Amino acid sequence: MIIEINGERRELDRSRVLADAIRDWGYEGQPIAVAYNDEFVPRGRYAEIRLQDGDRLEIVAPMQGG
Amino acid sequence: MTTAPFWEIGGRQVRSRLLLGTARYPSLAVLQQAIHASGAEIVTVSLRRESAEGRAGSQFWTTIKELGVQVLPNTAGCKTVKEAVTTAEMAREIFETSWLKLEVIGDDYTLQPHPFLLVEAAEALCRRGFEVFPYTTDDLVLAERLVQAGCKILMPWGSPIGSGQGLNNPYALRTLRARYPEIPLIVDAGIGKPSHAIAAMEMGYDGVLINTAVARATDPVSMGRAFGLAVEAGRLAYLAGAMPTQEMAEPSTPVTGTPFWHSSPPENLK
Repeated sequence: MIIEINGERRELDRSRVLADAIRDWGYEGQPIAVAYNDEFVPRGRYAEIRLQDGDRLEIVAPMQGG
Repeated sequence: MTTAPFWEIGGRQVRSRLLLGTARYPSLAVLQQAIHASGAEIVTVSLRRESAEGRAGSQFWTTIKELGVQVLPNTAGCKTVKEAVTTAEMAREIFETSWLKLEVIGDDYTLQPHPFLLVEAAEALCRRGFEVFPYTTDDLVLAERLVQAGCKILMPWGSPIGSGQGLNNPYALRTLRARYPEIPLIVDAGIGKPSHAIAAMEMGYDGVLINTAVARATDPVSMGRAFGLAVEAGRLAYLAGAMPTQEMAEPSTPVTGTPFWHSSPPENLK
């Protein structure tokens, strides 16, 4: 299945929940926040969301800003 | 650095009236030194897409946390209400603050706020419990709509972001100050030099938000200090009350007892 992360398509070999995907991709321990299909997902709900084909994720981190 | 009295903004007591942006500095080290030299206690931050390999966000956040300043996350780059609200919610979780500099851009060339979407986004975010610092134009009626939407602070632009033009419409800024004596007003965007910041503070503005003028100075650390001093000087001048201007000269040295004083003009002036 294919999902989109930060505008880039990525192949997932099997379905999994967002919490596992974030760990597998190496984001664990980083200061990130996530929007799932354009909706903000609080950290505490990562384990409830099972990624489906065609889902879109935005994964953001702190950055310099004015 | 500053010994200025405390003032209240968004429920917090701070001394410095300078809010500083964190973007466009030559390095994180220079940014850190510039914030320190400026005396700023509130700095703006943002969010960007992060790849799992990139640790830039993590490094930046560690640097800011070390300074112990209050962060004001922005929604830079947002053009719709939905984007602004989602970005705000992500920022609240990462930065652990409900403060938000709300930007909803309506024009790519001037980066002018979109007035209608800004009000809509402000309403949505105030309902969700955010302390909204709206980046707005100097339009009085728009300001009123933002206040009705629940904003307790207003941040009108001086001129377009990053332009360094200073205060393009002093009349409109003075009008806002006169009409909203109780609302914290901060000039955000367009300030290029400390003299611009002083002018805003002399008008009675509560603070100024500056980024590029410090970050892109030849020496950002010294410029940070210059802005810190300027904001303090401008505030003191406002409180001290400036003299009225007049058309003609008026001798500052007392005239009475002037030596060689004559009751009639000298011969050569007759």
